Amino acid sequence: MKNDRYDLNKDLAKMLKGGVIMDVTTPEQAKIAEAAGACAVMALERIPADIRAAGGVSRMSDPQMIKAIQAAVSIPVMAKVRIGHFVEAQILEAIEIDYIDESEVLSPADDLYHIDKTKFNVPFVCGAKDLGEALRRINEGAAMIRTKGEPGTGDIIQAVRHMRLIQAEIRRIASMREDELYQVAKELQVPYDLILYVHEHQKLPVVNFAAGGVATPADAALMMQLGAEGVFVGSGIFKSGNPSKRAEAIVKAVTNFKNPTILAQLSENLGEAMVGINEQEIELLMAERGK
Amino acid sequence: MQRIGILALQGAFYEHINHLNAMGVETFEIRQLEDIIRPFDGLILPGGESTVMGRLLHDLQLFEPLHQMIFAGLPVFGTCAGAILLAKTLSNDTHTWFQTMNITVKRNAYGRQLGSFKIVSSFKDHQNVPMVFIRAPKIESIGENIEILAMHNQTILACREGNQLVTTFHPEVTDDLTIHQYFVSMCQAFQDKQKGKA
Repeated sequence: MKNDRYDLNKDLAKMLKGGVIMDVTTPEQAKIAEAAGACAVMALERIPADIRAAGGVSRMSDPQMIKAIQAAVSIPVMAKVRIGHFVEAQILEAIEIDYIDESEVLSPADDLYHIDKTKFNVPFVCGAKDLGEALRRINEGAAMIRTKGEPGTGDIIQAVRHMRLIQAEIRRIASMREDELYQVAKELQVPYDLILYVHEHQKLPVVNFAAGGVATPADAALMMQLGAEGVFVGSGIFKSGNPSKRAEAIVKAVTNFKNPTILAQLSENLGEAMVGINEQEIELLMAERGK
Repeated sequence: MQRIGILALQGAFYEHINHLNAMGVETFEIRQLEDIIRPFDGLILPGGESTVMGRLLHDLQLFEPLHQMIFAGLPVFGTCAGAILLAKTLSNDTHTWFQTMNITVKRNAYGRQLGSFKIVSSFKDHQNVPMVFIRAPKIESIGENIEILAMHNQTILACREGNQLVTTFHPEVTDDLTIHQYFVSMCQAFQDKQKGKA
């Protein structure tokens, strides 16, 4: 029965593929996101750019606020918990959240242990910078992976780096002899059967989205061309001049990510993008949280 | 040899492509208007979010031409969100899409993700077909001329009207090809009929 639940949770992620998951902080924003074509929303009190600006400890959002967003839209609703904070996860499961993001955007609650996600019936998505992190999270029960990127910056460089690294490591493992896979399992600190899956299928055993720093339709299409199966957009939409228009454009860019003519049309006249911070100017590297 | 188009705007469309390719059927992805210029023998509307697909169908100018093709008898197979796109009435949503099939569908009828489930049941005379329901809709009522193909606990899980086939579950995420074989045979019959006319 437990295995069935994990399969169902991986299957829900498949239904989100080719779509855009948008951060929203109010029911009104959630409705704007849904109308613009979001395939799911991430309910949180503050978007990553504001968390970054405000500093201090950042925690799970108020369940009442999440419930108001659940009531406002018909698409799946996700919410974040701190890394390792399994009680926040129990609370989100109790309000029937569709997906939990065990997220480095919030302040970590545990610097050693991630949540044992196999103990939950609701699905989890987790961030990863490389293949080892991705497979360790999957081994702990994550039903979906996203790149960490660097949230709240509007700078795509880290998401690109993480996606390229994950894809390169997948290609490396796919090209190996089977008797070399045991050593890889040891290096990446993950079970052999997950390495064997990657070797045989040339992909992760779960859906893999891009996240962290997506601000324009071109950013979203770039991540799709690099192998993402969908895109999370956090601060990029509601920190921009015209959220609704930008959200629609990013949705269409993910659908037609290989068509420069359509991408050119979509990139026109979107108003101001979020200002953003360059990689070198960041004081807090969220991607370094939780390995 | 048939050529079947899979609406590839959002959702689990690769899974359908893999199933059809495993059966030796030629497939292509529909993402923009020029993808549907060449004639084809069947259309799959996959699982995903109906709100996203419905919106993109309109924005990408695909809605009218596909609507006309379905209306004219092109075989179409809608899974989950695809069934919502074809339904004449949605009992809990004011948006409707193609409305070509005389069924009333309720979206997310089993609740949120915790309500998702899997069963093994019968489809027509095939037994033991695995059926996966993900935030699934329910077919609440059907009009005349609808053939029920699968039923469980008094709930209709799959049905057909003319050349339109819908399932509220996802055959594309299992290894079972029963439903896809059934749809391909519908496409074959359509192709034969078209050839007969020509």
